[in-house]
Amino acid sequence: MSSVLYDAPGPRAKRRNLIISVVFVVLLALLVWFIWDTMDEKGQLEWALWKPFTQSEAWTTYLLPGLADTLKAAALAMVIALPLGAFFGIARLSDHRWVRLPAAWVVEFFRAIPVLLLMLFANEFYDRWTNVTSEQRPLYAVVTGLVLYNASVLAEVVRAGILSLPKGQNEAAMAIGLRKNQTMRTILLPQAVTAMLPAIVSQLVVIVKDTALGGVMIGFTELLNSRATMASFYANVIPSFIVVALIYIVLNFILTSFASWLEKRLRRSKKSTGAVLSAEDMEELNPAAVGGSFGTGGEGGGLPGSRTYL
Amino acid sequence: MFDFLSDYDNPTLLGAFWMTVKLTLLSGIGSLVWGTLLAAMRVSPVPLMRGFGTAYVNIVRNIPLTVIIIFTSLGLADIFGVTMGASDFKVQGFRLAILGLVAYTAAFVCEAIRSGINTVPLGQAEAARAIGLTFSQTLRLIILPQAFRSVIGPLANVLIALTKNTTVAAAIGVAEAAYLMKEMIENEAQTVLIGAVFAFGFVVLTLPTGLFLGWLSKRLAVKR
Repeated sequence: MSSVLYDAPGPRAKRRNLIISVVFVVLLALLVWFIWDTMDEKGQLEWALWKPFTQSEAWTTYLLPGLADTLKAAALAMVIALPLGAFFGIARLSDHRWVRLPAAWVVEFFRAIPVLLLMLFANEFYDRWTNVTSEQRPLYAVVTGLVLYNASVLAEVVRAGILSLPKGQNEAAMAIGLRKNQTMRTILLPQAVTAMLPAIVSQLVVIVKDTALGGVMIGFTELLNSRATMASFYANVIPSFIVVALIYIVLNFILTSFASWLEKRLRRSKKSTGAVLSAEDMEELNPAAVGGSFGTGGEGGGLPGSRTYL
Repeated sequence: MFDFLSDYDNPTLLGAFWMTVKLTLLSGIGSLVWGTLLAAMRVSPVPLMRGFGTAYVNIVRNIPLTVIIIFTSLGLADIFGVTMGASDFKVQGFRLAILGLVAYTAAFVCEAIRSGINTVPLGQAEAARAIGLTFSQTLRLIILPQAFRSVIGPLANVLIALTKNTTVAAAIGVAEAAYLMKEMIENEAQTVLIGAVFAFGFVVLTLPTGLFLGWLSKRLAVKR
């Protein structure tokens, strides 16, 4: 790999890089040795602790039901949050002040509050004022918390997605005499949805990660919670953490890869306007600026052939 | 109406939010340092360091913060004996939470800085090398100062996310805002009022941060 930050290494640079590499390897090796040695000392390497993962019992009793609950909560949250987010996102683009401002306040309010607070509140709310059974309550609370937060994030995605479309689309629709409602429904939204897909898929990663909060704080039986149950049965603290972390990494890695594949495909596609809202664009949406304007859009991907450092 | 607030003194409402602020500031500083180091590794000439930086970011970003925080307590402290030099349980939880938050947030800081490095025109690096600066000089004197100015906005978002993420520390018993809220909301009748008080607290913490850093990022943006 060549970079503009440094020259192609000559003999001296090669030697220096080698020395740095060796020092770095030694430091890493020391760390690995410390971890290995401590685990050995505490008996965490014993086969008895790892063996459950090679048998079906650990998976069918603990991990798979936990994973199923994680996925269930994430899917429910996404499915409910999407239309809600679309509603608030479009409301924020309204020409009427009395629609635009309340929508903006709701969105900014829920984006400023930690998901955990929303979950704790929802849990107590369902306990006091509804007759949701106590087995179902954690799931309800987790999904409610995730929906409130993610709907407000998705509202911003939808808004950015619509704003990312070329202005000509809106103008052409107006020129052929479509109403505002028709323009939004038949021209802007269908194109914006395509542009938003990668951002929506990346938001799924955030949702999956946040379900773990419900497991610890309100006793939702998702993956991390099942880990605790499993570890108290097999006494395999470290192995269970490693396996559960791996499951999360693989799951989220698949989602992230899918999002960037979608993004690349959409950028290449000649059918769309080429406007794509990527995960990086999302990070630029300032979560605290009320009514702030921002520009994301077609230029997000950089010009074809433009050089970058990385 | 607000009587119940004075029934809690371990922590008090202000004490709990002060803990949130302390967690945010300390882990903010920590993750800025560690994240910058990671970003430097990711653009360095040594392939091994580049690989390490990439692997670290991709692994850590895909693990839930909750898993990391719980692991610092059940794994690092209980099994590996990493107690961060703390004698009592409360201090240990506080320090471990910071460790977990730094490890997690640094991955996002690294990505923000890396994207900032990409906004610096290539001519800057080429000119720096042309006058004979080494890699570390190019990075320290030319690239990073400009990159930092352009990533104040993204870093502000990371800081706001970090403020909200400190609530996860409640999972290992750090007495911050979410911890107190859980205790209050389970014991008091004024559910909605308690929710509103804590929500207001977080709005007060995150909104000015966002507005101030947003203003700062516009002011310091490199005009090109």
